Amino acid sequence: MRAATLLLFPLAVLPSMAIAQDHQHGAQAPKESEATAPSHTPTEPSAGDGSGMDHDTMDHGTMDHSAMNHGTMGHGTPDRGMMEHGPMGHSGMEHSAMPDDTPIPQGPPPPDAFEGPAFAADAFVGAEKMAASRASVVREVSGLPVFWFQADRAEYRAREGKDGYLWDVQGYYGGDLDKFWFKSEGEGSFGEKPEAAEVQGLWSHAIGPWWDLQVGARQDLAGPERTYAVVGVQGLAPYLFEVDTAAFLSTKGDLTARIEAELDQRITQRLILQPRVELNLSAQDIPELGIGAGLDTAEVGLRLRYEFAREFAPYLGIEQEWKLGGSADYARLLGEGTSATNFVIGVRFWF
Amino acid sequence: MSTTPLSDRFAIDRRKFLTRSSLAASLLGLGHALPAWARGSHGGTMARKGSDVLSGEHLTMTVADSSFATASRHGPAVTVNGTLPGPLLRLREGQNLVVDLENNSSMGTSIHWHGLLVPFLMDGVPGVTMAAVEPGERFRYEFPIRQAGTYWWHAHTLQEPMGHYGPIIIDPANGDPHQVDRDYVVMLSDWSPMDPHVLMKKLKVGEAPFNFQKTTATDDYPLSGAERRMWARMRMMPTDISDVSAPLYSYLLNGHGPEDGLEFAFNPGERVRLRFINGAAMTFFNVRIPGLPMKVIAADGQDVRPIEVDEFQIGNAETYDVIVEPTGADAFAIVAEAMDRSGMGVGMLASRPGARADVPLLRDPPLLTMADMGMNHGSTADSMDHGGMDHGAMEGMDTGSSGAASGTMDRSMDMDSMSMRDTSLLPPSVKVGPGVDMVSMNPVDRMGDPGIGLADVGHRVLNYRQLVSANMNPDMRRPTRLKEIHLTGNMERYMWSFDGQKFSAVTDDPIRFAFNERVRVKLVNDTMMAHPIHLHGHFFELVNGAPHGHQPLKHTVIVQPGGSAQFDLTANEPGDWAFHCHLIYHMHNGMFQVVTVRPLQGGEG
Ligand SMILES: [Cu+2]
Repeated sequence: MRAATLLLFPLAVLPSMAIAQDHQHGAQAPKESEATAPSHTPTEPSAGDGSGMDHDTMDHGTMDHSAMNHGTMGHGTPDRGMMEHGPMGHSGMEHSAMPDDTPIPQGPPPPDAFEGPAFAADAFVGAEKMAASRASVVREVSGLPVFWFQADRAEYRAREGKDGYLWDVQGYYGGDLDKFWFKSEGEGSFGEKPEAAEVQGLWSHAIGPWWDLQVGARQDLAGPERTYAVVGVQGLAPYLFEVDTAAFLSTKGDLTARIEAELDQRITQRLILQPRVELNLSAQDIPELGIGAGLDTAEVGLRLRYEFAREFAPYLGIEQEWKLGGSADYARLLGEGTSATNFVIGVRFWF
Repeated sequence: MSTTPLSDRFAIDRRKFLTRSSLAASLLGLGHALPAWARGSHGGTMARKGSDVLSGEHLTMTVADSSFATASRHGPAVTVNGTLPGPLLRLREGQNLVVDLENNSSMGTSIHWHGLLVPFLMDGVPGVTMAAVEPGERFRYEFPIRQAGTYWWHAHTLQEPMGHYGPIIIDPANGDPHQVDRDYVVMLSDWSPMDPHVLMKKLKVGEAPFNFQKTTATDDYPLSGAERRMWARMRMMPTDISDVSAPLYSYLLNGHGPEDGLEFAFNPGERVRLRFINGAAMTFFNVRIPGLPMKVIAADGQDVRPIEVDEFQIGNAETYDVIVEPTGADAFAIVAEAMDRSGMGVGMLASRPGARADVPLLRDPPLLTMADMGMNHGSTADSMDHGGMDHGAMEGMDTGSSGAASGTMDRSMDMDSMSMRDTSLLPPSVKVGPGVDMVSMNPVDRMGDPGIGLADVGHRVLNYRQLVSANMNPDMRRPTRLKEIHLTGNMERYMWSFDGQKFSAVTDDPIRFAFNERVRVKLVNDTMMAHPIHLHGHFFELVNGAPHGHQPLKHTVIVQPGGSAQFDLTANEPGDWAFHCHLIYHMHNGMFQVVTVRPLQGGEG
């Protein structure tokens, strides 16, 4: 077997002996600038069958297609439609003997096709060397894992009372289907303790063309320390809404949920208006967090960003926040406002 | 043959002095003598533009890190023998060839002889036929030249987009039937200063980050509000034509950007052969020479019956040879407009040094159509005519209407009620998962389609149905087996695959053919992008309705979005062969497979 194969590829496996041969071609080859010499053959076949047919047939063909197409369509499968183009027999082209037009059956390869080695180069290059090479190519051409970090919002918030700040970043490392995903959000007023700060570490798994299932943990870093189990779905909804939903079950047994949606509405290629909505919900009252059962808070924002680069876009915007229902009651009890209007300036960036 | 020296000789006449030192470097060939500040950031020398000519039986090709500059862009490049593109190999059918590949660069490399019939061990695909040639190593290629025509070579690694490619011309053993006065290579390519790995990552994590022709609230695209909503509802963009485009790419002819003043000399009345090679990583080009009809005489190196056209679209890795007879003007512009019309490569056919023709403006960017969604009806292109659109899934649609290319409002309303991802339409061979974001509802044969954006340009544009092999094909057996392969992808995740499975999933499960088996392969495009699919080591015959025995031979076939294409293959080259999309970042994200032809003995034992 091996001997036979060697016979087939003599050139490939010849020992390399010609090291001493001249290497001049590269350096010395004259640079031909103009045309090469005219070809030796005086005959010009295209003058005969070429120009005679090329133009007419072409146009003709094109026109005939439309004339034909209903007939063609009648024939059945799309596969065969174009096969039958041939025998429809418009003039100009030699639609001679068209082979039979019975469908060509699909089927497995013949047994021969399974003969021999799995990897043909192994015997010549060395199985180990090829295995290593194959492994690296498989990795390279199947989508290398990537790292992505995005600050969707990193902003200064001007408002009644003390001005504040907010960050909302996320990123991932991973391949097409499975990723480690991290998120962090937080906000506060200058000169005070952060009102909220959290980090999430999630395993993210693609569950459809546009959706990832995310499972992991969330740790609150401001206020009463709390740890949560997280289950969420993130992705792209019809009409290109970026949607991020998650349910959080705390170690104290509280169940809450968050729904965020944003939409990039391009005004120009670089100027983008982004409406954004965020709803927080709770399954129960959580007095120590000032959260009431039901709809807890709602935020509606509008940001206008300019993409100096796709990766770097400062923005201006406005965001309105409301505490609702039981949460609003808690706020009133504490003498806090139940709504706030923020004028924001920030930057969105990714790398 | 190489055009560089010509343009160099006339460079003094250029009005614009080139930026940086590339002019001096290319004039004097002294790139290595440049001071460090002039060399760009990548180390190594500045690439010279255009190819030297190598001929003979024993060649040396040396890969090196380099820098490249055109207009105001400069950045890292990879050269072979110091030029970009690398050397033109001028060979003769029937000769033997030995090439010593020396890798002086910092990355693993290889050379794949695109379109050449070679023993598989010489095919130059790391991981399939060889191991990459590591820095400091050398590799000897050795094979006979069995064919004639226009071909090219390129790295089968991420060096390719950086400049590691060059043309091949093989003169026929029995003389060339095309008597011409001049014979030029026009190698089209796209070059960016961005490292290919970085570029690929941005494609993956960004949202079409290089497209600056998206639909916006203020654009001029002829789309109704309903159509815009329909596209948004599908989570797709009608402007998703090219993944990477002019904001990043410089489009080059023989290594020369539009500002570099590339000239091809002619005398009025001469017959000039232009061998167009698309060596771009990611760009389809629309090629025109305004005022000059082109007679296409060869496709992918193989002679076809001459066809006169005014424009043709050339996919990555394809080649077209044309003959022009310039007369009546001092100069004609060779325009290679990127398919998304974000930019162009330009060269001049010049009857005297410095002669210039007007360069046309970029045309309006095209939009994807209903046909590109795999819903073929009402299209003006004859692309739709052949498919039997009243089959199956299309029932109930208004196929009677005709007219505008892109859907009118009522059509898009029709669409609203339909799934763009009805996976029940897929055969069991396709693995459905997150990597498949669309299923072509009615994938008709689109070989009659001139290509995205060219259906209504008002002049003659080449399409595959016009290609007729000039010679009788050697194997006229009717295929015994149909092999259907789906081209699949997910734009949002930037995943690409065959049959829903990227290469890592099918490494041990290649596409198998028996030696000498005659197979019809049907490629079905379940995406909204055009893919140039290349099979190594073979020519296949496009099933395009050509007269019996004259189906055109190609090594690369564009499968139009949402459509299908078929070819007949005689699997008579034993071994393992790469089979992939030639958009490099599609290949590098999974649209890659291996075709095995067994037994290796050639069916004798
Ligand atoms: Cu290739």
